[in-house]
Amino acid sequence: MSDEKAPQVPEAKTQDPSTDVVRSDSQVEQAVGVRRGMFGAHGTGDTSGYGGLVAPVVLPGAAQRPFGGWYDEVADALESTIDVDRVVIDRGEITFHVRREDLPVVARTLRDDPALRFELCSGVSGVHYPGDTGRELHAVYHLLSMTYNRRIRVEVTAPDDDPHIPSIVDTYPTNDWHERETFDMFGIVFDGHPALTRILMPDDWPGHPQRKDYPLGGIPVEYKGGTIPPPDERRSYS
Amino acid sequence: MTQDVYAGPGAETAEGKVFTVTGQDWDSITQGLSDEGVADERVVVNMGPQHPSTHGVLRLILELEGETVTEARCGIGYLHTGIEKNMEYRSWVQGVTFCTRMDYLSPFYNEMTYVLGVERLLGIEDDIPEKAQVMRVLLMELNRISSHLVCIATGGMEIGALTVMTIGFRERELVLDLFELITGLRMNHAFIRPGGVAQDLPRGALDEIKNFIQLMKKRLPEYAALCNANPIFKGRLEGVGHLDLEGCLALGMTGPVLRSTGYGWDLRKTQPYSGYEDYEFDVQTWDTCDSYGRFRVRLNEMWESLRIVEQAAARLGQLEGAPVMVADKKIAWPSQLAIGSDGMGNSLDHIRHIMGESMEALIHHFKLVTEGFRVPAGQAYVPVESPRGELGAHVVSDGGTRPFRAHFRDPSFTNLQATSVMSEGGMVADVIVAIASIDPVMGGVDR
Repeated sequence: MSDEKAPQVPEAKTQDPSTDVVRSDSQVEQAVGVRRGMFGAHGTGDTSGYGGLVAPVVLPGAAQRPFGGWYDEVADALESTIDVDRVVIDRGEITFHVRREDLPVVARTLRDDPALRFELCSGVSGVHYPGDTGRELHAVYHLLSMTYNRRIRVEVTAPDDDPHIPSIVDTYPTNDWHERETFDMFGIVFDGHPALTRILMPDDWPGHPQRKDYPLGGIPVEYKGGTIPPPDERRSYS
Repeated sequence: MTQDVYAGPGAETAEGKVFTVTGQDWDSITQGLSDEGVADERVVVNMGPQHPSTHGVLRLILELEGETVTEARCGIGYLHTGIEKNMEYRSWVQGVTFCTRMDYLSPFYNEMTYVLGVERLLGIEDDIPEKAQVMRVLLMELNRISSHLVCIATGGMEIGALTVMTIGFRERELVLDLFELITGLRMNHAFIRPGGVAQDLPRGALDEIKNFIQLMKKRLPEYAALCNANPIFKGRLEGVGHLDLEGCLALGMTGPVLRSTGYGWDLRKTQPYSGYEDYEFDVQTWDTCDSYGRFRVRLNEMWESLRIVEQAAARLGQLEGAPVMVADKKIAWPSQLAIGSDGMGNSLDHIRHIMGESMEALIHHFKLVTEGFRVPAGQAYVPVESPRGELGAHVVSDGGTRPFRAHFRDPSFTNLQATSVMSEGGMVADVIVAIASIDPVMGGVDR
């Protein structure tokens, strides 16, 4: 909805999504983005009134102690070494948010501590949250302890203007290619990686395709007189 | 000949002299080398990306001393199609159609791990109907057989055992026929959907599956008879591509490579999904850590898969008419398929219902098909035991109608890293065997 045509639509600042949202169960959660409108119609067409909706995108919030089961054991062992930013338990999966400078110590502890024994790292997956100001780039590690049959997730973040995260290849050599892929796709520089080069895209490719500001590409297709825009320019539901 | 035609203009990309080999020009190369006074035995060779023994478009960069490999590196990315990025621009259900195309030899596993992630995000893991779960297991285990067959077939072909190739593809065709009967397609099925499966079993499918099981019980021993004690086969495979348990875990190897070290890690047993805890089967291991062990693990796993298929078919026999899609109409795909005179398409009854009888049904159909359902914000990672190891989808939602991010941890991608450690120090001919024992599928590696 354009502002001059619909002055009655409340400005977004009445609901500032960048501030923390406090749920009734007192878990502080941080918004990573904002969703506007409802039907994907912007600027024209939407007479339903739903076009003025502003809703923060909120990821599951931090869990409170006791976490229950083995979650507490792992958390205790980790917190004896470093400060864990946040522990999120959602849908039965536990996520440890740690500061990026702690990551090598965390990885080494998780692998070598006899009470933890996370032998297998299932690689790193990058996620780009353009709305998560100051922590736009997330690197998500999935770790598996075969000894105890446990699975955890470790998440670190880096801002867009300083996309550096320490490499954990010396602890988990399997992350060699995974970190190269995440660098290739997101531009996260893994400091200390033995040879951080592109892996899937050609060596001289400009940009990092999986970032949200990188367009999907494609050309409009004409069919029986109508023109269908490429997928990322089609009207979409917000 | 001294000009590297593939290098950029003026770019110093390679050290030393570069030869572009086009065939039947070995004399000129040796002549050129001796002219340079660099007539040592060290040669850097590009194998692939178009080479029949590299399992698709895999490029190997080998440094050779005579016939010994001193360094081996992989060049990948030739089959990168941006599937993960594309999925961010389609609805959650359409994502299945994309990810099924990644590892094209085991499409059901790609669908399964993605769908399990979506179902966990939706919180409907416990609501999936029993019949859908059994059908998923049935299809996955049939798929494991067909995938292992291709691995053994191409692996055999690469060492000159052409009969293994022909009979391997012969049996795989039987599995693909079953897939065609059940899903309508031989590959790229997009059959496993969030909430269940796309369609019920067609009439006569169970009989076909039973015939297949009977036939496979006769055919599978042929592989054992051809290969297991074959001195040439053993001579080529034994001790080749050695990787012990420690190396496997450091490199993140899973699947038959890990199990060939004697460690029976199988997600179907250790972290069961889709009701695998209800089936009787044994995890197959071998203790030689080499290519031969991996071959035997795969061969034995086909027997175990056959056992599971048999049990799943028996259960399906008692589930006739049971639902195959979650009861929640906000998630279940509204359209129904039926066989018409021109093949499979939208069910005419369904079209009549939405176009002629119920406005609400039409709106419901339209909204679910165009907009799709919303998935609560969060992230999930539910790996499955694919024929190649741990295949997992890291699925992230921001509460919208499309995946915010879907990342696939493909076992081929991870396992291919072991190429160097498996083949360095060995003969150049053993590189082929080592890579065949990893069983990489480049569609999954490059995604």
